[in-house]
Amino acid sequence: MDRRYECLDGNEAAARVAFAVSEVIPIYPITPASPMAEHCDDWAAAQRPNLWGKVPDVVEMQSEAGVAGALHGALQKGALGTTFTSSQGLLLMVPNMFKICGELTPTVIHVAARTVATHALSIFGDHSDVMHARTTGWAMLAAGSVQEAHDFALVAHAATLRARVPFVHFFDGFRTSHEINKILVLEEDDLRALIRDDDVVAFRGRAMTPDAPVVRGTAQNPDVFFQAREASNPFHLAVAGIVQQVMDELAARTGRQYGLVDYHGAPDADRVVIVMGSANGAVEETVDTLVAEGERVGMLRVRLFQPFPADQIVAALPSTVRAVAVLDRTKEPGAVGEPLYLEVVAAFAEAMDREEPPFAAVPRVIGGRYGLSSKEMTPSMIKPIFEELAATRPKRHFTIGIYDDVTHLSLPIDTEFRPPRPVGEVQAIFFGLGSDGTVGANKASVKIIGESTDLFAQGYFVYDSKKSGSVTVSHLRFGPEPIRSTYLVEAADFVACHQFGLLGKTKVLEYAKHGATFLLNSPFGPDDVWKHLPGGVQQLLVDKAIDFWVIDALAVADEAGMGSRINTVMQPCFFQLAGILPADEAITRIKGFVETTYAKRGEAIIARNFAAIDRSLERLAHVPLRGVTNSVPTTPPVPDDAPDFVARITSRLMAGEGDQLPVSALPVDGTFPMGTTKYEKRAIAQMIPIWDPAICIDCGKCVMVCPHATIRMKVFPTSAIDAAPAGFLHKEFRSRELLDHRLTIQVAPDDCTGCGVCVDVCPAKSKTEVRHKAINMEPVAPHRDVERGRWDFFQSIPMLDRSLLPHDSVKGSQVLEPLFEFSGACGGCGETPYIRLVSQLFGDRIIVANATGCSSIYGANLPTTPWTVNAAGRGPAWSNSLFEDNAEFGLGMRLALDAQTDHARRLLERLAPALGDELAGGLLGAVQDTEPEIALQRERVRRLREALAHLEGPSSSDARHLLALAGDLVRQGVWIIGGDGWAYDIGFGGLDQVLSSGRNVNILVLDTEVYSNTGGQASKATPRGAVAKFAAAGKGTAKKDLGAIARAYGNVYVAQVSMGANDLQTTKALLEADAWPGPSLVIAYSSCIAHGIDMSKSMTHQKDAVKSGYWPLYRFQPSEIEDGRPFRLDSPAPSIPIADFVATETRFAVLQRTHPERAVELAALAQADADERWRYYEQLANIERTVPHVHRPDPAILPDVESDAGYRYDSEQDGA
Amino acid sequence: MTVDLSTRYLGLQLRSPIVASASPLNGDPVTAKLVERAGAAAIVLPSLFEEEILAEEIELNRALEQGTEHFAEALDYFPAVDAFVGAAERYLDGLERITAQSTVPVIASLNATSAGGWVRYARLIQDAGADALELNLYHVAADPRRTAGEMDAADLELIAAVRASVTIPLAIKLSPYYSAFANFSRAAVEGGADGLVLFNRFYQPDVDLDTLDVVPRLELSQPWEMRLPLRWIAILRPQLGPDVSLAVSSGVHTGTDVVKGLMVGANVVMMTSALLRHGPKHVATVEAELRAWMADREYESVEQLRGSASQATAADPSAFERANYMQALRSWIAPRELTPTSPSRPAKWRPEN
Repeated sequence: MDRRYECLDGNEAAARVAFAVSEVIPIYPITPASPMAEHCDDWAAAQRPNLWGKVPDVVEMQSEAGVAGALHGALQKGALGTTFTSSQGLLLMVPNMFKICGELTPTVIHVAARTVATHALSIFGDHSDVMHARTTGWAMLAAGSVQEAHDFALVAHAATLRARVPFVHFFDGFRTSHEINKILVLEEDDLRALIRDDDVVAFRGRAMTPDAPVVRGTAQNPDVFFQAREASNPFHLAVAGIVQQVMDELAARTGRQYGLVDYHGAPDADRVVIVMGSANGAVEETVDTLVAEGERVGMLRVRLFQPFPADQIVAALPSTVRAVAVLDRTKEPGAVGEPLYLEVVAAFAEAMDREEPPFAAVPRVIGGRYGLSSKEMTPSMIKPIFEELAATRPKRHFTIGIYDDVTHLSLPIDTEFRPPRPVGEVQAIFFGLGSDGTVGANKASVKIIGESTDLFAQGYFVYDSKKSGSVTVSHLRFGPEPIRSTYLVEAADFVACHQFGLLGKTKVLEYAKHGATFLLNSPFGPDDVWKHLPGGVQQLLVDKAIDFWVIDALAVADEAGMGSRINTVMQPCFFQLAGILPADEAITRIKGFVETTYAKRGEAIIARNFAAIDRSLERLAHVPLRGVTNSVPTTPPVPDDAPDFVARITSRLMAGEGDQLPVSALPVDGTFPMGTTKYEKRAIAQMIPIWDPAICIDCGKCVMVCPHATIRMKVFPTSAIDAAPAGFLHKEFRSRELLDHRLTIQVAPDDCTGCGVCVDVCPAKSKTEVRHKAINMEPVAPHRDVERGRWDFFQSIPMLDRSLLPHDSVKGSQVLEPLFEFSGACGGCGETPYIRLVSQLFGDRIIVANATGCSSIYGANLPTTPWTVNAAGRGPAWSNSLFEDNAEFGLGMRLALDAQTDHARRLLERLAPALGDELAGGLLGAVQDTEPEIALQRERVRRLREALAHLEGPSSSDARHLLALAGDLVRQGVWIIGGDGWAYDIGFGGLDQVLSSGRNVNILVLDTEVYSNTGGQASKATPRGAVAKFAAAGKGTAKKDLGAIARAYGNVYVAQVSMGANDLQTTKALLEADAWPGPSLVIAYSSCIAHGIDMSKSMTHQKDAVKSGYWPLYRFQPSEIEDGRPFRLDSPAPSIPIADFVATETRFAVLQRTHPERAVELAALAQADADERWRYYEQLANIERTVPHVHRPDPAILPDVESDAGYRYDSEQDGA
Repeated sequence: MTVDLSTRYLGLQLRSPIVASASPLNGDPVTAKLVERAGAAAIVLPSLFEEEILAEEIELNRALEQGTEHFAEALDYFPAVDAFVGAAERYLDGLERITAQSTVPVIASLNATSAGGWVRYARLIQDAGADALELNLYHVAADPRRTAGEMDAADLELIAAVRASVTIPLAIKLSPYYSAFANFSRAAVEGGADGLVLFNRFYQPDVDLDTLDVVPRLELSQPWEMRLPLRWIAILRPQLGPDVSLAVSSGVHTGTDVVKGLMVGANVVMMTSALLRHGPKHVATVEAELRAWMADREYESVEQLRGSASQATAADPSAFERANYMQALRSWIAPRELTPTSPSRPAKWRPEN
């Protein structure tokens, strides 16, 4: 049979097989496994059939626990099922996995193996998740490459049906799941041959049916449970043989022979490394190089990890082996060693106890950890392992790839050691921005070369942790031999820098080998560019004798109508310079690829790409090397006055040197300092807002909506700017409350992302030129220096006393200091303005429980964190537990806080005689409803601390304890923050529990109506008619009314807000939530990049959502008043149809392009949803409801309709 | 007495001279059926816009590419979709469905500013079963460097290009803003037009004084607007002869308006605003009025009435972008989507079936 090559990533390679051989596929998103589920959903939406002609039923569940339950049920009923997961997702499946295995039910879970969160979350790859599942009894098959992920998916599905033991098929997250490699694809006949009908029929024969009913899942007692557990032994014992048999059948069809374990290396090796997963490739290269140098070394790759092939391992090793290093990609603190190590040690011990031991002497076994969280694993790190094995007393346990200066476990890295590259291979590395299309073009190049030439190709892509202005690095290899280098390109033949601004900020030419070709996208031409290069870059160009080329790709792209997407301009240049294909052929193939890719999107797109391609080569110019001038000064990564931790640690992370940090540099428990984003001056904006004080009306809206807190407003007495530099802008502050003050609106030019939301919302327009507003986007270049100076001075102006202006107005809230700033969220993010507002209103007295998701990522993804502190050092204390448990996590904080406050009060009562009644009584009796009252309590606590420090005698133990708890006498808030995936789906059970608890917590749901962080999968918050991942054909059911569920408790404060529609209502809702002494739930409409909108109009979309009745605004204030009307509808009756709102958002509009008839149907239903909801809410606005309560004149539990600062809202002055 | 209302337009035999011209009502098979049932003698579909085709492709592509390959956890934000139905495909699909269900001729409409690759859509429209094609010429003569002659020539080139691509009857819907209207009309006919539709109403931008924004605004036509086409049909009818079809469009609201149009020489009169305002059933009302007027005065047939009065002049340009023009058109919601209890829109009328 003719075998086809395709370029696929590991996820698609595995998913193709899984989809073809399954009938029911419950799914849930989790990085890096989500694409497997997304592919299946896409294919199901496109009606692709499985092996038996049926389209698999792909169903999204509320969590991985739900997936496992649904999978278990489907299997019991006799449907072939599969799913995909990673990390915590796999952990949530474990209870069901025990059941599924105990019932000998065939199925496969495909795992893109990922780090389990410990001291920190990590989305990257290691084996800590799969190792956690090893006690479930599932067979575990490890693929080490994209080809293996494809082949082993089939091996697993075939073997499980024969063995009845379920399989975990795993491969390394990102390294394999996201690496594109050229593989031979399996054909349908291969699948049919290995998935035997007899096995499928036998499986169905065991299914639940009322025609032949059985009971499965009994409860058993001490008398028989044990024996019954042992009864399955023969099945587990048979697994290894079955897997080998299936592998042999695969080999007979494809020629690709795999063993449960495979030895590779010198036949007389005395030192061997045993390894599993993608590190195989790097180890193999190392072994080949060392063997070629005459060393007696080898490697053993483990493919079936469980049931552990102990006999096969012993048999595969040369009898000459004296020392073995077992590498584990996981860490199990407290264990003698990691799992693979322990298994090998046990295997040797058992083997040596045989009649005829396989080795003359038991080989020495040492164990090493590598690659946690996708840490690189290169030959430079592997070679020292063989050296260690040769030592007289090697380290029994070691680590590689890091420098451990604490417990001294690490082996050195031999940076000089690099295996020779195959003749004819090209290694290329590309630096770009996420927005410029670099990665997309490189993925295309891999496919073009891999699928239309005889060359092999590999692509791996590295993204930084920001969602706006992110830098991407593409690592590509092309060559005549299959590419097994499972690590980044270290010495490239071709280096491209697609953004001039990255030179000097990022290491670029450091990756070039001597004589390499360098392609730079430059606004400066070949004659001009040299003097604009940083000295370090010039030096490297000269030292490495680089062949240097430039092109002004942005100009070419712009002429072709491509905007800032320079991908199809740079791509032909790469082909031309790298010489992989003849130029004409390359152009033809690039165009062919563009045509295929964009055929669905229309001719205009194709024409523009073609124009860019055609103009590209003629603008490519060679640059002769010149002398090093050092004319461009380099800026230090962080300012000189940065704190110690930032200067020593954070700056290294920012510079991309985190890999070089020793163990001692890192916090031992994941605790990091606050407010470090301000040191990361990314300067990513091309356009920034410039303020025109002559037009400004002091409304504060621009500050209110800024997603990155880069526009600030300060109000100050005139004297505060006596020392202002010339040209510092300010204007009279128009206020009834505060006279003789000035106001300045200032942008932080190096922190702004240029999203433009501030300008979109600015209501003040010039009387002589309507398009000129009080704030306007302008090119950053001419303004940068001036605005930097202004920003520096602006920061030196003291914050206005918080008590001077009421907080229940936009203006009043926006002079408050944000304690959440400069996050890496998307430009125009709809979530962050709410978080920033919370931080302004209550930031110095709250603790935050943050669900995993966008808000935990832009909230705390290293290198820097946006949560910060005020001048007094106070700020929001922040923590993230998991995705699923955030409500409970926050409730725990509240329970602790209440316990501590209670304890502190008791201690205070006991110590009152010593402290004096005035102080103790004041502290105990303090009312803390308003900020001034809280400030008074803080002052009392300060005095208490002083007094306690001097207390001696019998009460000193009480005093010590009270000193530790004194801060808890000041009222604090608990804010539980997360997205809709958490609140509506995976965390809903906990959320409901916490709402029912009656405890004083404030829950902020940032409702983007999809799982934004993992790429826009549908949640139960996704509205009807919207297209999302996992709802590729448009979501057919209506959005869950979370607020209604919360309101049903009666004593929960509930508000639905949309800042873009009514910023004042948003502010009031947050103030009321804080003031309400029970649970509060604020559901905040958050426009999102996943909506497919112009993000600069983020707030306009929020406004239209409300105008159309899509998102009604309300506040439900539980009331103890007999005829109270708790439900206040805050938005006017809809004034535009839903159709007008949804027409502007791609998530809805795309359905009209893909499923026109269904779109019409769902649009009508969506309107009906909105109509019905409005009708219901209108009625609700008239209902009278009272919270059942006992009449006790305790002011602390009365509903507080007053604002935080003690001001009553205008609209509520006279009961309106 | 029986009155014979039949007429010929673009070579098509019509049961009456009352044609429902391009409006959202006709773009949707359900409401188009209501229009037909009310008695429209032919249905003109809303225009397929040249820029709409392009703009949709570009905007959709931008939206789908936005945010892709930025962040390791979210390499894109939308499901991979195999088949996109573009603006043109959706139009053609709607056309096919309406043609299939209609017992009266269906006239498709193309709106264009320039000859280009998109002209092939004229052929696709023909293949989809349209009985005739109305080419809607639209531009604002805002470029000070282009002369009237150059602009006319470009229009004629466009007409020729479309003519060359189809064999079905071709009508040209014109704006009144030609320097030498009679001359241009003759040239259009000589270039292959089987008929002319007078006139294209432009939706002029307005200024919202609350927001100080320039906003598109759709104003339905007023009866007085009919006088312009009346004059020009009166002038053109004798000049172009009886074989060229002429249609009055703009300001036709009542049966007597139809009478006037016929008297100056129109083959058909077209209605949009009155149907949007009063609903599809208004066609029947107008027909009854026409029938009553003719019967009262003992006219036997439309043939007899046509051209019994004819003579000639013009007014009014446009000043805003076409996107706004299209938006103004779209802001009329197809009534089928109205629900009796919907609070979000004025309850002007309700579908009857």
